[in-house]
Amino acid sequence: MNSIQPVILWTDALIFALLLAVLVLVWLIRRQEHLLAPWRVVAQRPMAMGAALVLGAFVVIGLLDSLHYRAQLTDSPADAPQYSVEVLSVFDALTSELRSRQEKTYSAPLAMQLYAKEFVERDGATVRDYPRLQYGGAHLQRADERLSDITRRTLVGATQGGLASLLLFGLLAGWQVRRTRLAVGAWLAAWRQGSLNWPGRTVVLMVALLLMLGGALAQLASGYHVFGTDKVGQDVLYISLKSIRTGLVIGTLTTLVTLPLAIGFGITAGYFRGWVDDIIQYLYTVLNSIPGVLLIAAAVLIVQVYIESNPDIFDTAAARADIRLLALCLIMGVTSWTGLARLLRGESLKLRTLDYVEAARAFGVSNVRIISRHIFPNLFHLVLIAIVLDFSGLVLAEAVLSYIGVGVDPAMYSWGNMINGARLELAREPVVWWQLGAAFAFMFTLVLAANLFADGVRDAFDPRLGGRR
Amino acid sequence: MKPLLEVRDLVTGFGRVRVVDGVSFQVAAGETYALLGESGCGKSITALSLMRLLPDGGRVISGSVRLGETDVLALPERDMRRVRGGQMAMIFQEPMLALNPVIKVGEQIGEALALHQNLAGQAARDAARGLLDAVGVPDAVRRLDTYPFELSGGLRQRVMIAMALAGRPQLLIADEPTTALDVTIQAQVLDVLRRLKAEQRMGMLLITHDLGVVAENADRVGVMYAGELVEEGVRNAFFASPQHPYSRMLFEALPRPGDGGRLVTIPGQVPPLDGPMRGCRFAPRCPFAVARCRAESPGWQVIDDQRVRCHLAGTLPARSERELAAHSVKQAAPPLLQVDGLKVHFPIRRGLIQRTVGHVRAVDGVSLDIRAGRTLALVGESGCGKTTVGKALLRLIEPTAGRIVLGGETITAKNVPFLRRQAQMVFQDPFSSLNPRMRVADILLEGMDALGVGEAADRRDAVVQLLRQVGLPDDAGGRYPHAFSGGQRQRIAIARALAVSPRLVICDEPTSALDVSVQAQILNLLKDLQDSLGLAYLFITHNLAVVDYLAHEVAVMYLGRIVEHGAAADVLRAPRHPYTQALVSAVPHIKAQTGPGIIRLAGDQPSPLNPPDGCHFNPRCPHAMEVCRQTYPEQTELGGGHWVRCHWVAGQI
Ligand SMILES: Nc1ncnc2c1ncn2[C@@H]1O[C@H](COP(=O)(O)OP(=O)(O)OP(=O)(O)O)[C@@H](O)[C@H]1O
Ligand code: SF4
Ligand code: SF4
Ligand SMILES: [Mg+2]
Repeated sequence: MNSIQPVILWTDALIFALLLAVLVLVWLIRRQEHLLAPWRVVAQRPMAMGAALVLGAFVVIGLLDSLHYRAQLTDSPADAPQYSVEVLSVFDALTSELRSRQEKTYSAPLAMQLYAKEFVERDGATVRDYPRLQYGGAHLQRADERLSDITRRTLVGATQGGLASLLLFGLLAGWQVRRTRLAVGAWLAAWRQGSLNWPGRTVVLMVALLLMLGGALAQLASGYHVFGTDKVGQDVLYISLKSIRTGLVIGTLTTLVTLPLAIGFGITAGYFRGWVDDIIQYLYTVLNSIPGVLLIAAAVLIVQVYIESNPDIFDTAAARADIRLLALCLIMGVTSWTGLARLLRGESLKLRTLDYVEAARAFGVSNVRIISRHIFPNLFHLVLIAIVLDFSGLVLAEAVLSYIGVGVDPAMYSWGNMINGARLELAREPVVWWQLGAAFAFMFTLVLAANLFADGVRDAFDPRLGGRR
Repeated sequence: MKPLLEVRDLVTGFGRVRVVDGVSFQVAAGETYALLGESGCGKSITALSLMRLLPDGGRVISGSVRLGETDVLALPERDMRRVRGGQMAMIFQEPMLALNPVIKVGEQIGEALALHQNLAGQAARDAARGLLDAVGVPDAVRRLDTYPFELSGGLRQRVMIAMALAGRPQLLIADEPTTALDVTIQAQVLDVLRRLKAEQRMGMLLITHDLGVVAENADRVGVMYAGELVEEGVRNAFFASPQHPYSRMLFEALPRPGDGGRLVTIPGQVPPLDGPMRGCRFAPRCPFAVARCRAESPGWQVIDDQRVRCHLAGTLPARSERELAAHSVKQAAPPLLQVDGLKVHFPIRRGLIQRTVGHVRAVDGVSLDIRAGRTLALVGESGCGKTTVGKALLRLIEPTAGRIVLGGETITAKNVPFLRRQAQMVFQDPFSSLNPRMRVADILLEGMDALGVGEAADRRDAVVQLLRQVGLPDDAGGRYPHAFSGGQRQRIAIARALAVSPRLVICDEPTSALDVSVQAQILNLLKDLQDSLGLAYLFITHNLAVVDYLAHEVAVMYLGRIVEHGAAADVLRAPRHPYTQALVSAVPHIKAQTGPGIIRLAGDQPSPLNPPDGCHFNPRCPHAMEVCRQTYPEQTELGGGHWVRCHWVAGQI
């Protein structure tokens, strides 16, 4: 049997730490009515819940892609195993077909031939023609079977997805009926009218849609390259899916760096005022007046030099790319805390003059306690809104930075790198558009879902909108 | 005669909640109709429905509103804009919200004039000046070129009125026009309104919760409760014999001059409007309620000049004036708090290096004594430094100078913890004085934990004790502040102050954010606590009726200094300082007053940044003499601990 060696990259550790933190937070929130109430409002919004499902799908892929390991080399002895230098993830294992079916070079989505003409042997003679792909559409005998095969696979996949969602719906209905003690018919009617206390229709339809889409994609991907292949013949669908993790890591870990800085500096400045405030304001004014891109470029270059001069610390290519990703998160976090800090400073300035803070001061309560019990809980909603709003901005920023070459490692899968790679090929005739298109579609879906979700969260948490529905 | 405004069966709702439910009334030209009621009963929403300016989600569900010949609710929005401001105009409680802060006053009035009278250029400017003159803004020409934030509250309110008048409205709706103002300024603004109404034969819909304002300004009165009109009548009849139990209790909840007995309170709260409504809406709180009241909603019954919605109308026992109970008199105790020459000066910094360019003398040499178990009231207009005195005593603001002796110990920076256990504070607004994210029990524990009062294990029991003491249910500790009404929140705030068993409680306008009936509950509670715990109060307020009820001694503050001090009865009944006289006379009274009328003060309180030379009061004082402009008057003893600082009084002796 082939044993494996788990590999925990830096970002993996942080991602799972973050996941743990989120779970703990959820557990805490569940016990506090005033914290739970706005989330209930979020859960009642169809738009937000639909977006959350899409986000959820992305997160699951991202998490699967964060469980890394190195496989044992087949010819190494069992007592002193040697492991491959290639770091894989559970996601890679699940999609090993996609990963391994590499063509020679570009091919269009769902094509069965390469994109460029080559000299091929046909019936003994050498002719210049589009060669057949090694994997894409390899099961087809003739070119005219392709369309009907694609249609059939799409339908089959969608049907499978539909059946799966029907099954899930049945389970859901059974569970709900037992919980709410309604008759099945009554529950179904309530579900259809949308008069449940959660957006049942939207959630069910969204899950069904996702499952059907997933089914169709899976069916097609088993016979074709759904989004075509890139320059070295890699499946673009696979690259796009792998890029999800990069996007999520950038979006979440950067926030993790931003938050302590923003909260710490913002509240300190607003609460203590005086010279502390002056210094912090000075700091973020200075930071704001340096173009962020310059700072990021400088930092990334330094990290690059460091990595190259210490090859023994970073033994695999994955580890090298990973540390660069982490460095990018760090530096983006360091340059982007100022907006939130300013917001929190203003809010703390206001809160500190409120009577309940005065009352606490009249008891001689210490500053640390005033901040932790009176100030922070009352601006937590701002932090939350900022997190969800900033997320999509960061995902987009990664794309831009990678495009200009100071983003993630060029060898790392990311939407920015995909766009960067597609840049030159746009000038070709006919255009190689699918790389750009796929990156765009994935990014668009993620950012749109994040923004819709953020809207829901903001509406629920912003006291000025006061639970308006 | 046809009425100017006729409202019939007006129903306004937010979603399913009907916050105004079947309100009908009429206003004739030249008449002031007062709409009276506690907060949240739907007064403002009624007014906004008439103007068709309802907030998001609000909607007039049924009913009709006729203004002269116009059916207001049927007009398209385009024509409505002409009616608004043209035929009916509205002034709001908070003028700063209604004025654009970045446009000069003259231009804002000019815009209204351009819209409704097609005036422009010099003609508009002249008309604007005329309007400002009409509403009694001194120095009108110069004010045209000022921004709203440069004006004082009273002036802003007058500018608002001037703007409202620009369209020559037939009907003026005034929603709590003077609630945010000091009594002396309130008197000025109400004067202006009365005069304008008489001169221009405007109809006026005056919305207020102050019975005194109603008594002095209204021709007819309507009382609202929980979205319904429950009583209506001609002013004199209404004040002579209010018919609805609710109206009666409103009267009885008011502290009366010279009365030291318990106040009547209305038990319970206004019912939530989103619940099902059956029977009389006042039934749960009504002492007269009978079975029929809970089953059947009462219809209108007419009694002479009044009409009232109560099943028992006319059969209720005649209203008996309660005996005036004497104030409890305590033996003279040793002074608990002695303050000597307290000064708080705030530096004003300007420029790049934040150089100090001057000082705001918020408190400028205040000396006070409070004895254990007694109440000293500190009264004065807003901005005179009352709250600053309170906060400086607790060292929430560091005093610039002065000596504070509490229970025999001089308070210095070192023994502040001692001070915090002896003296605590109750704040004005119970909505901002409780942290919304903390449970009530944690709020009460905070002080005990911070100051280490009692054993940690006993503190939970202490919380229950405290809650009982202020009349809250035992389970209140587990809930969050938002689950409580304003009055209950103020009880929590009082309990929080009591948690560390202080001997002095500084109450900063503890009832000004509350309704009359709730105010009565809180005042009763404060009095009970004083009797049982022997607390001393420093009661900071501008409400003289409350002072009369609660205080043993009164100190009147003007621009950072105390100008008159003495026993409450002396100061309020026989004020000697011209400022105190004006203050006392400006309070609107329910009963017709005998004796000298209101003493009108010109202008506003000057800024404490550069107070006038000599007596600070001299620019507004009707008795000012030459010497007043040169030297600040010394203390003049009038006997019995009563003293004033005034050259005029000194000269009389
Ligand atoms: N925007 C809104 N959305 C929902 N309900 C509202 C809104 N504005 C007011 N209400 C409700 O309408 C009712 C009447 O409010 P209204 O402002 O007319 O009271 P009011 O008598 O003017 O009180 P106050 O004396 O405090 O000004 C209240 O129950 C209030 O909670
Ligand atoms: S109808 Fe009944 S409950 Fe209502 S006010 Fe009259 S007596 Fe009281
Ligand atoms: S000292 Fe003069 S100005 Fe001051 S209150 Fe007395 S009379 Fe008026
Ligand atoms: Mg109102």
